[in-house]
Amino acid sequence: MTIIAENPIKAVAPPSQVQQKVIASLQKRHRKERLFRSLGLSAVLISLALVAVLFVNIFAKGMPAFWQSAITLDIYFDPKIIKVEEKPVQQAGESDNDFRQRDLAWQTQLGFINFNRLITDSLQQILPDASKHRRDLARVVTSGERFALRDMVVADPSIIGQTRTLHLLTDANIDVWLKGNIDRSLPDEQQQLSPKMREWVDKLAADGVITSRFSLALFMNPDSRSSLASAGLAGAFMGSFYMMLVVILLAVPMGVAAAIYLEEFAPRNRITDLVEVNINNLAAVPSIVFGLLGASVLIGWFNLPMSAPIVGGLVLSLMTLPTVIIATRSTLKAIPPSIRQAALGLGASKMQAIFHHVLPLAIPGILTGAILGVAQALGETAPLLLIGMKSFVASVPASPFEQATALPVQIYLWQGNELRNFFEARTSAAIIVLLMMMLSLNGLAIWLRKKYEKRW
Amino acid sequence: MKLNTLTAVLLAVGVLSTSAQAQSSRDTIQIAGSSTVLPFSSVVAEEFGNNFAQFRTPVVGSGGSSGGLRQFCQGVGANTIDIANSSRKIRPNEVEACKANGVKDIIEVKIGYDGIVFASRTDAAVFKLEPLHVFLAQAAQVPQNGHMVTNPYTRWNQIDKSLPDQEILLAIPGSNHGTREVYEEKAVIPGCKSLAEVKAMDKDAAHKFCTAMRTDGKVVEIAGDYTETLARLQAQKDAIGVFGLSFYEANRDRIKVATMSGVEPNQDTIISGEYPVSRPLFIYVKGAHIGVIPGLQEYAQFHVSDTMSGFGSVLESAGLIPLADDERAEIQQAIASKKSL
Repeated sequence: MTIIAENPIKAVAPPSQVQQKVIASLQKRHRKERLFRSLGLSAVLISLALVAVLFVNIFAKGMPAFWQSAITLDIYFDPKIIKVEEKPVQQAGESDNDFRQRDLAWQTQLGFINFNRLITDSLQQILPDASKHRRDLARVVTSGERFALRDMVVADPSIIGQTRTLHLLTDANIDVWLKGNIDRSLPDEQQQLSPKMREWVDKLAADGVITSRFSLALFMNPDSRSSLASAGLAGAFMGSFYMMLVVILLAVPMGVAAAIYLEEFAPRNRITDLVEVNINNLAAVPSIVFGLLGASVLIGWFNLPMSAPIVGGLVLSLMTLPTVIIATRSTLKAIPPSIRQAALGLGASKMQAIFHHVLPLAIPGILTGAILGVAQALGETAPLLLIGMKSFVASVPASPFEQATALPVQIYLWQGNELRNFFEARTSAAIIVLLMMMLSLNGLAIWLRKKYEKRW
Repeated sequence: MKLNTLTAVLLAVGVLSTSAQAQSSRDTIQIAGSSTVLPFSSVVAEEFGNNFAQFRTPVVGSGGSSGGLRQFCQGVGANTIDIANSSRKIRPNEVEACKANGVKDIIEVKIGYDGIVFASRTDAAVFKLEPLHVFLAQAAQVPQNGHMVTNPYTRWNQIDKSLPDQEILLAIPGSNHGTREVYEEKAVIPGCKSLAEVKAMDKDAAHKFCTAMRTDGKVVEIAGDYTETLARLQAQKDAIGVFGLSFYEANRDRIKVATMSGVEPNQDTIISGEYPVSRPLFIYVKGAHIGVIPGLQEYAQFHVSDTMSGFGSVLESAGLIPLADDERAEIQQAIASKKSL
């Protein structure tokens, strides 16, 4: 530059040595820029391609699991098989406890009834050679459906003596066979179904008796191991729901309150600096450490129950807290000081200025931070493994204190199930459900931000 | 504001601690332990919940036999587990540890048998194993020409001409699994003790020599469950994995079993005792929790009832090898009288 300034006339003349140098260096720099751009673009493309591969893989594996083989049967609720007294009704003057005892006694009676007979009797009508293969016959419908029949009787005893057309889930291995998840050309000794069973199933499927129906079981049932075909996500879903409830009730208000205090009220001194550094450190603590804390402190000292969503929720709250605090603080920082000054100038107290003017403007940002924190907590698995939430739970929890699993843990459990042919698809289906929930939470966060965001 | 936050925090803590007290009694049976027993226990838990309207469905956790027994022996009270599943017998030192923590009444319930199989991918070669082959494949040192040398075998056919020309790669359960102990006791040690050199050793030295494992990567310990072993087989064609019989039966299209001493593992050969690598499965019930946790004794009785674990029962179709009827009757009696170890 100094050279050009000293010799201004030379610039017009044909390219001098200096200009050639400049041109060459310019080309070099442009080349570098192009290289950098293409590197960046290919990095983006590669990561997109990897995400696409992952999604295509999961969806290709998981989508079929949303439909499941079910058999359409006319079930006759045979009074000769279902021999029970009339369902007890609460008498006038009878205490609740007495009635409960009588009702339990009645249900115990039902427990002795072989509801499988209703199913096999109905199957015998449509399978002519059934009586010779009774073992196979009992395995067509998955074993959990007998409880569904029992529950129908409990709900409405007048059904006894009537015939109902029902869609019952078939055994998991039948679903595997019909979906082609097992190689059909394998010899008998490597097949899960007997030759007779395979013949029946193919015939019933061709006749339209066994059809592929949308799997409500996947959403309505808790996990199952005795009746694999009816294993579902309801228990894990409710477990996750309760945990998120605890996180929303605990981490969000505490995080927001802490952030407001730190940002607006706290004096700037060494102690607050220390607190600030520690919050940032807390955000970087690996989640499994929180699990260890939960196992030793919450379960060990506070005697909270094992495998319960309340403990999971508390642990995840701790994990989410720094995320919420950091998001809230940065939102508060982004609000122009003029808003505060205007409010203070008009005579508002500091608290009024913050709660009437600053906080309403910060709410979209706080919500976004909170939702992202909750979404992160929803997908967290490691700390839950340590507080006993990877147990097999075959019931839907009715409160946060009852044993439950969570959606990501359910994925882990199904991944470990020994009937691989059936559960590979089921696992991917559970992943799809979890992914959809995360995507919708993130979508909600984006929508809230777009709708209420103010720019200055 | 400062005060408000503080009161909010205090309130939250207060609510938590009261709920903690309210929760110190528990009405759901908690089970943990062996991943081999887990599928069976889960089935029983589910059926138990479905059949007994007055009790809640028990919760079954995993963690391996040792992990389960360690949790079991932590003490008595609502935040300790009620039942430990184990694929091996409880060890004397574990009973001691239990007693030291106040767990005095331990009711041992044998629920049935399970076989351990050596399996490879269906597209791999056929194996006819002997216990000695397994030992020579996994040992740290083997005798050669009267000397102990570092295990030189890298291919199966170097061990025995009858075995396939295939690289040695053995995926065995990690030491947290009860299966590991049975694998060593029923396959490795018998194979090892058939060597003349080992017969000459004293008992402790022989045990140490037999269980020493090579560390050159030919033997892989799997800490997770059988699906992890299966994944290993799917990644490496040459690998041979150690599985439970019930796992093999659910995945017959993917893996095939090796015979042991010429016997093919199945329900019949295990019941008759011809197939050597089998073991009993146990559940350990905490006596002090009976009467405190509703349904605990009933669950144990239900577990060994004829409908659940007899011949032609639910657990048999899930892959458990049932106990003989008179043995089962004895165990039912032990549960009824709360006979402790």
